[in-house]
Amino acid sequence: MSIEARDVSKHFGAFTALDHVNLHVPTGELVALLGPSGSGKTTLLRIIAGLESPDPGSGPILFHDEDVADRRVGERRVGFVFQHYALFRHMTVFENVAFGLRVRPRADRPSRSEISERVHALLKLVQLDWLADRYPSQLSGGQRQRVALARALAVEPKVLLLDEPFGALDARVRQELRRWLRRLHDEIHVTSVFVTHDQEEALEVADRVVVMNEGKIIQVGSPAEVFHDPASEFVMQFLGRVNVFSGRVEHGKAVFDSLEWDYPEHVERRARPAKLMVRPHNLVIHAKPSGKSCFPARVTHVNAAGPTVKVELVRESGEPVFVEVTRGRYAALDLHAGNVVYVSPRELRVFVEKEDDSSIEFNRPDARDNGEARPAREGSIRDWK
Amino acid sequence: MATHAIIRRQSVLPGFGLSLGYTVLYLSLIVLLPLSALFLRAASISWSRFVETLADPRVLAALKLSFGAAFVAACVNALFGSVIAWVLVRYRFPGRRFIDAIVDLPFALPTAVAGIALTTLYAPSGWIGRLLEPLGLRVAYTELGVIVALTFIGLPFVVRTLQPVIEDLNPEMEEAAASLGARRYQIVRHVILPELLPALLTGFALAFARAIGEYGSVVFISGNMPNKTEILPLLIIIKLEQFDFAGATVLAVLMISISFMLLLAINYLQRLSGGRGRAGLA
Amino acid sequence: MSTLAAGLPARTTRQVRLATREPILLRAGVAIVAIGFLMLFLIVPLVAIFVEALSSGLGVYLAALREPDARSAIRLTLLTAAIAVPLNMVFGVAAAWAVTRFDFRGKGILITLIDMPFAVSPVISGLIYVLLFGLHGWLGPWLKAQDIQIIFAVPGIVLATIFVTFPFVARELIPLMQSQGAEEEESALVLGASGWQTFLRVTLPNIKWALLYGVILCNARAMGEFGAVSVVSGHIRGLTNTVPLHVEILYNEYNFAAAFAVASILTLLALLTLVARSLVEWKSRRAVPKHATLPEGEP
Repeated sequence: MSIEARDVSKHFGAFTALDHVNLHVPTGELVALLGPSGSGKTTLLRIIAGLESPDPGSGPILFHDEDVADRRVGERRVGFVFQHYALFRHMTVFENVAFGLRVRPRADRPSRSEISERVHALLKLVQLDWLADRYPSQLSGGQRQRVALARALAVEPKVLLLDEPFGALDARVRQELRRWLRRLHDEIHVTSVFVTHDQEEALEVADRVVVMNEGKIIQVGSPAEVFHDPASEFVMQFLGRVNVFSGRVEHGKAVFDSLEWDYPEHVERRARPAKLMVRPHNLVIHAKPSGKSCFPARVTHVNAAGPTVKVELVRESGEPVFVEVTRGRYAALDLHAGNVVYVSPRELRVFVEKEDDSSIEFNRPDARDNGEARPAREGSIRDWK
Repeated sequence: MATHAIIRRQSVLPGFGLSLGYTVLYLSLIVLLPLSALFLRAASISWSRFVETLADPRVLAALKLSFGAAFVAACVNALFGSVIAWVLVRYRFPGRRFIDAIVDLPFALPTAVAGIALTTLYAPSGWIGRLLEPLGLRVAYTELGVIVALTFIGLPFVVRTLQPVIEDLNPEMEEAAASLGARRYQIVRHVILPELLPALLTGFALAFARAIGEYGSVVFISGNMPNKTEILPLLIIIKLEQFDFAGATVLAVLMISISFMLLLAINYLQRLSGGRGRAGLA
Repeated sequence: MSTLAAGLPARTTRQVRLATREPILLRAGVAIVAIGFLMLFLIVPLVAIFVEALSSGLGVYLAALREPDARSAIRLTLLTAAIAVPLNMVFGVAAAWAVTRFDFRGKGILITLIDMPFAVSPVISGLIYVLLFGLHGWLGPWLKAQDIQIIFAVPGIVLATIFVTFPFVARELIPLMQSQGAEEEESALVLGASGWQTFLRVTLPNIKWALLYGVILCNARAMGEFGAVSVVSGHIRGLTNTVPLHVEILYNEYNFAAAFAVASILTLLALLTLVARSLVEWKSRRAVPKHATLPEGEP
C-alpha cells in the first residue's frame, strides 16, 4: 500500500508546521522522516494517520491512490506507534494488543479464541509472549515499545506509522531495537513511516530518508544518497559532523585561504562567498606538506578509542578542525597533542551563497581534486559530537 | 512547542459539542443565572442606599470583625500550617499517615458540627475554656472565638498548598548551598523560604478568602452580639430575615467583589509558583 | 595526602550531618509544635463530639437518632445528596472532557466560572436563590401563580446544595486528565474504537479513582452543607430540615446530648470521607506509576 500526500500545509496559529509538502512512499518501503525539532515531521505523520487535519486547501492524502482525507482516523487502517507508546495503563499486555480487535462491531469481531490466537502470535512476533499478563508499568522501555508495535499490528494495518519510535529509550536498547525493527520490516513488509531526529537511526534503518526542515522537505533519497550527496548545507550539517571553511568561488575555482580547487560551475570573474564543507573522514593528515591544497594545523587532542581515531586540531587562524583517521594511518603518523601536521581535503563540497538572500543553495555535488574512491561509511558519526 | 500540543488536540477526539454544550448549559442554569439575579437586583439599588447600608455602624463593626479575624486566623494558619506541612513531608515518625489524613478534617466535617464542638470546648465550662478562665482569657462568645473557628476552617488550605511544593523541592539545591558553606538556618532562610513563598501566600490567601465567607462554624462560638461579635455573613441572614433584600444584596455584592479580587490574586500567585499546589477543596 | 588523612581519624567515624536536615533537637521541637497544634485544633474537637454525644448514655444517644424529626432530617439529607451528587458528577466529567481534550476560546474564563461557587460565601449561595425564586425575587410572583414553591421547600435545598458542591468532581478530574494527556484516547481511536468505546474503555478506567474521590467529597459537602441550606430552608421541622440544620435546632434548644448525637453521625461521615481519601490516593498511586506515559513534548 503506497502513501501519498499532495500539497499538504498546516498552521498552528502563526506557526507554519508544514509548508506545501509533497510526500510519496512506495509500497513496502520503510521510510524515515528526519529533521530537527519543529521541522514538521511529526505533524506530517499525524496528518497521514488522521490524528490531525491539514489546512483547508491542502491536497489529498492517498493510500494506494485512494483519497482517505475525509476518513476518520479509525477507518484509515493505520497502525500508529506513539512516541511514549500510549499503552493503556489499566490493561495487561494481552488486553492492550487485543483492544483493536475487541472494539470492532460485533459482525467483524473475531471470536474469543481467534483473538487470543492472534494476540499470542503477535506477541511471539515481538518476542514478548511470556509477558502477556503484565501491566505496562511492569515493563521496561524496550518491552513497552514492542507491545505498542504489536498492538498497532493487531488490526492488520495497511500502513505503519511510528513517531520517534526509539526516542525514549537508552542508547544500547535503542541500537538493538532498531536492528530488530529493520528485521521485522523485512519479514512483514508493511509500508512504514517513522519519524526521528537522529540521523544515525534514519540512515541505519530506513530504505529511504526524507529530510525535513522548517516545514519543508529538503531532500529525499536512499541513506547513501542523502549522506554522500546532500542537497543543501543544512542536510550536510544535519547528517553528521562536518568541517566548514568560509571561502569563495571565482574563475572556475573554489578558494579558501591560499588553497584552491577546480570549480567549473562558476566561471565568472566576480567572486561569490561560499562555504566549503568536508566530513572528518575526508580530511587527510600528512606529516609533511604535500601538494598545493593542504594547510598546517596543530594537534590539540587525540581520541584513539574506537574503530577510528578522532583527532582535534587548530589551524593557525585558531579555527578548530576535526579529522577521523584509520588506526593504521594513526600508527604511521605517530600523532600527539602539540604536533604540527598538514591537512588536505580528499573530497569537499561547495555551497555558494545565493545572491538574493543569505541562504545557501546547493550548487554542485562535489569537487574532488583526485580520483580517490569514496571511503565506505565508517563507524558511528554521532560519537564525534 | 507546548502550544501546538494543546491546539492539536482539537481535531480527532469526539464529543466536543456535546461536552462543552452541556457544561455551558449546566453552568448557566446553576451558577450564572442565580448570580446574575444578585447583580440585577444590585443594579436596581440606588447609590445612596449603597452608601447608607455600608455606613451603618453595625455593618462597619461586622466588616471589621470579619476581616480582622480572618486576617489573624490566616496568619496563624500560615505560621503553623507551614510547620505542619514541613513536618509531614520531611520527617518520618509513627502515625504520620494518620496525621496527614486528619489535616483534611476541616474540609470534611460539616461546619455546624465544627461550630458546636468548638463552642462546647471553649465555653467557660468546657475542657479548654475551663483552663483559660483562670488566666482571664475568654474565648467563646468573643472575637477570640471567631478567630479560633476561622483558624480551624483555614488550616488545610495552607498545609495542602505547601505540601506538594515542599515535596518538589530539590534536595540537591540544599546540598549545593551546604557545599558552598551555608549553615542550616541560612539554607532555610535564603534557599527554601524564597521557593516556598508564592505557595505560602497562595495558601494564606485561600485561607483568608474562605474565612471571610465562613458561616456555620462561627455563628455558634461568636455569640452574635450586634456591634461586637457579628460577622458579615450573619448580617446578611439577619437582613434577609427582616425582609431587607436590598441591604442583603448590598452586603453580598461587597463580599463577592472582595472574593473575586482575592481569586484574581490567588490565580496570580499560583502562576508565580508555577501552578504547583492544589487550590484546596472547598 | 597521607598526613592529611592521618590527621582526621576521629572525623571519619562520626556521622556526617546531612545538609538537608535540621539538628535533631530542633527537629523534635518542630515536630512537637506541629503535632501539638493539630491535637489542639483537630483531635480534641473530634474527641469532644463523641464524648458529648455519649455523655448522657447510649440510650439517649440512640433515642436522639430514632426520634421522628431526626429521621425525617436524615431522609431529606439523603434525598438531597442523591439528586445533587449524580448531577454534579455528570457535569464534572463533561466539563473535564471539554476543558482538557479541546482547545477553544474562553477556556480560562470557563475554568474560573466553574470554580466560582468555592469563592462565594455559603450564605450568599443561598441568598442568590432567594433573590431568584423567593416571593420577592425575580421569578417569585410567577412561581406563586403556578403554585410552585422552591424557597423554604425541598427544591430550594437541593438547588443550593448543587450550587455549593458544583465544582468538586470537575476539580478532581481536570488536573488529572490534563496530566494524562490525550495519547491513550488517540491510540484507541487509531485502533478503530468509537467515541463511546474510547470513553468507556480507556478514559473512564484511567480516571475512576479521581472520579470516585470527587464524588465522595461532593457527597460529604452535600450532606454537611449548613450556611446555604440554612438560608433557603425556612427551618420547618420534619419538612425542610436537613441533618446539619437539625443539629443547630437541638443545640439552640440546649439539648446538647441530642445535638452531639446527631452531629456524631455527620462526624462519622467526615471520617469515612478521610479514610476513603487515603484509600483512593493509595490506590491511584499504585495504579498510575510515575513513569507512565508522559505528555508529548515535540511536534
